[in-house]
Amino acid sequence: MPLTGTAEGPVWRRRTSGRQWAIWSAWLAGTALFVACWQVISASTTWFFVTDSPRVIADIGSRMVPPAWGYLGKLWEPMWDTINIATLGTLLAIVMAVPVAFLAARNTTPSALVVRPIALLIIVSSRSINSLIWALLLVSIMGPGVLAGIIAIALRSIGFIAKLLYEAIEEIDRSQVEAVTAAGAGRGQVMAYGIVPQIMPAFAGIAVFRWDINIRESTVLGLVGAGGIGLQLQSSLNILAWPQVTVILLLIVATVLVSEWVSATVRHKII
Amino acid sequence: MLVLEGLTKRYKTGDLALDHVDLEVPKGQVLALIGPSGAGKSTLIRCINRLVEPTEGKVVLNGETISRLGSGGLRRARRRMGMIFQEYALVERLSVMENVLSGRLGYVGFWQSWFRRFPPKDIENAYRLLERVGLEQFYDKRADELSGGQRQRVGIARALIQDPELLLVDEPTASLDPKTSRQIMRLIRELCAERGLAAIINIHDVALAQQFVERIVGLRQGKMVYDGPPDGLTPEVLTEIYGEEDWQATRKKGGEERAADAIVEDDERLAGAL
Repeated sequence: MPLTGTAEGPVWRRRTSGRQWAIWSAWLAGTALFVACWQVISASTTWFFVTDSPRVIADIGSRMVPPAWGYLGKLWEPMWDTINIATLGTLLAIVMAVPVAFLAARNTTPSALVVRPIALLIIVSSRSINSLIWALLLVSIMGPGVLAGIIAIALRSIGFIAKLLYEAIEEIDRSQVEAVTAAGAGRGQVMAYGIVPQIMPAFAGIAVFRWDINIRESTVLGLVGAGGIGLQLQSSLNILAWPQVTVILLLIVATVLVSEWVSATVRHKII
Repeated sequence: MLVLEGLTKRYKTGDLALDHVDLEVPKGQVLALIGPSGAGKSTLIRCINRLVEPTEGKVVLNGETISRLGSGGLRRARRRMGMIFQEYALVERLSVMENVLSGRLGYVGFWQSWFRRFPPKDIENAYRLLERVGLEQFYDKRADELSGGQRQRVGIARALIQDPELLLVDEPTASLDPKTSRQIMRLIRELCAERGLAAIINIHDVALAQQFVERIVGLRQGKMVYDGPPDGLTPEVLTEIYGEEDWQATRKKGGEERAADAIVEDDERLAGAL
């Protein structure tokens, strides 16, 4: 009871004293845990390597410049592959994620007891496995190449797109759906007129955002053999060709910047 | 034309929203449904077109028992009942024309509506209705660009293009200012008279109801406690419907035409009282 009457008048405090003590002890426990963890990590670190690292950074840094600009000519094709992996993977994911989202949303699912849990399971399993792991699996199943990359990106993106989309579907204004239903519309028409226009901005935003993320993710897929610029990065690293690595990293940064600009522009236009 | 027999709705939470309501609405009659918030007004009109499934009782429209229809039959029955909403319930991101045409969804197939290939007659009708409600130059605007009164006019056009026999109107003026409220009520009234439509209008504003309708039904806790002419709303009756309050300022005083500022003043007093 924060409000208490005293001789000088009522006194108000934000919390009861019991609650205040509980909060203080939680902070104390947190601090103690942090110190304990610090100790464990410190004990298991080889400090020689850590103290040595500035010298190593300087060494690698000096080898990385000047960038081997001539190598750029060999990178356009793998970069184009990378962009294609991201784009096709995103499109494939959208095609699969939209129905999953409608099955998972509480207000559109045909059965909350059977279908919804299945849809949620699809979403969770797709989201919990990183696209690099999907790519590892797929490369061993269908061999190295761009196709494995596309499918890896798609599988990872289904969960992301479906989750955000079904949340958007659950947040729609119900009265618009009611109005369309009251006019005598069938199930499909209620979706097309009552729901789709409401989720369109969210959908466009999610799709472009995921494409933007996928550009970044697909740059590393090559490391496990799933095609794209990562393959080049891998081989340059293997032969310690640091000037080539610099060019690759700069190209990736440039591509990501462009994709981010595209996605921001599209989202701005649609919403 | 519309008959409700022992209409009862008990929500899953156990709340009894409607308690054996019997009501008969003849063709062309405009009726206002008044009562405090939570009295079951919205539930009542939603039970008629089964946006809410009634628990018990019958809804009969022109001899057809709506409460027993399957989904196809219900779709056809809903076409004959236009609905107008408090917050307009327009599809905000679609154009005015698309919103009006969405009133025809019960008549066209899915792909026809998906590709917006409505029959030319519907489009002509939509345009004529927009003209009637004074929005013909707005047909290409998006619904969310309109003001409250304009949106409600689109809502009215959408209900009318269904070619209904009955209008279900849920708090049409609750989001509008007093002047627009009166214009909207007058428009609904005129359109009902032009087309011989019956209407059930849920409304909070007692003075406004008295000004525009020929019959008033009072609902309290799901039960009908008043059914009669607007003039019969004495302070005793209003107390029966809403509970104890000073009702002198709320009731319609005498003549049909009153100065607009007096009405506004009245509204403010009512807003203060409720």
